Amino acid sequence: MNLDDIDRTLLRLLVADASQSASALGRKLNLSQPATWRRVKRLQEGGVLVGRRLLLNAEKLGFGVTVFLGIKLATKGRVSLEDFERAVGAIPEVQVVTHVLGLYDYRLRVVARDLADFERVLRRRIMTLPGVGTVEANVMLSEERRPGPL
Amino acid sequence: MQTDPSLTVPELADLAGVSAGQASRRLDRMIADGVITGQTAVVDWAALGFPLQVSLRVTLDKTVPGAFDAFLAAARDVAEVLEIQTFLGRVDVRLSLVARDLAHYQLLYRDRILALPHIADIEALMDVAAIKSDESLPL
Repeated sequence: MNLDDIDRTLLRLLVADASQSASALGRKLNLSQPATWRRVKRLQEGGVLVGRRLLLNAEKLGFGVTVFLGIKLATKGRVSLEDFERAVGAIPEVQVVTHVLGLYDYRLRVVARDLADFERVLRRRIMTLPGVGTVEANVMLSEERRPGPL
Repeated sequence: MQTDPSLTVPELADLAGVSAGQASRRLDRMIADGVITGQTAVVDWAALGFPLQVSLRVTLDKTVPGAFDAFLAAARDVAEVLEIQTFLGRVDVRLSLVARDLAHYQLLYRDRILALPHIADIEALMDVAAIKSDESLPL
């Protein structure tokens, strides 16, 4: 999809705050409300804007620990990847599952209340998944999201 | 709200079985307390011409004072970087970056990533498919 500079600015504004109305966005872009709305609609229909995500402070909600796990399957081929993916996707503490190419087969982002809670999730939920081999855990200390090449 | 942030207050109140006034007061309190920090638009980078997403796991040379800060500051200047996380574990920093194709990735890797300061070791993993990506909390 081809974007002009106004589209890029519009995307940046929406990434920063997706709850803004078309008229508020239009004021920042020097566009009318309908013109802004048409651009948002075009970005949605072009598959560039795929939705919104609520930003929550995990720590204030009692989730003090975020861990990234690298998982290598032990029995590739025998156990279907679908079985693993279905099972891992159903674990509530698992926020993100990505199939990757390289040192590991899957990257997981897991939240837990504290390290003891994480150990429970790891032992009872992750290590018991079908086909799991080696697991590497890295506890997240800080995170920032960047706007990307817009 | 995690499932659908575009729901209106009356819709949320209806789903939660409370009055619109109560729902609105609770939302205001969660925003004031910093529990809800905002809403972001989810962008499909593939649709924007960046179908490649690569995760770089970086180990830094910790004998250099200020290695973390210098590395993070320089990584912020690479436009294609979407996420920067620091860790306690085998990996010090993870960068998630997007690229237009393999040739573009190679260029980024050689000219921008390897030029970042104080890298002791670096491993690349390429994203093949996002199986789950809603990032919701188990509330």
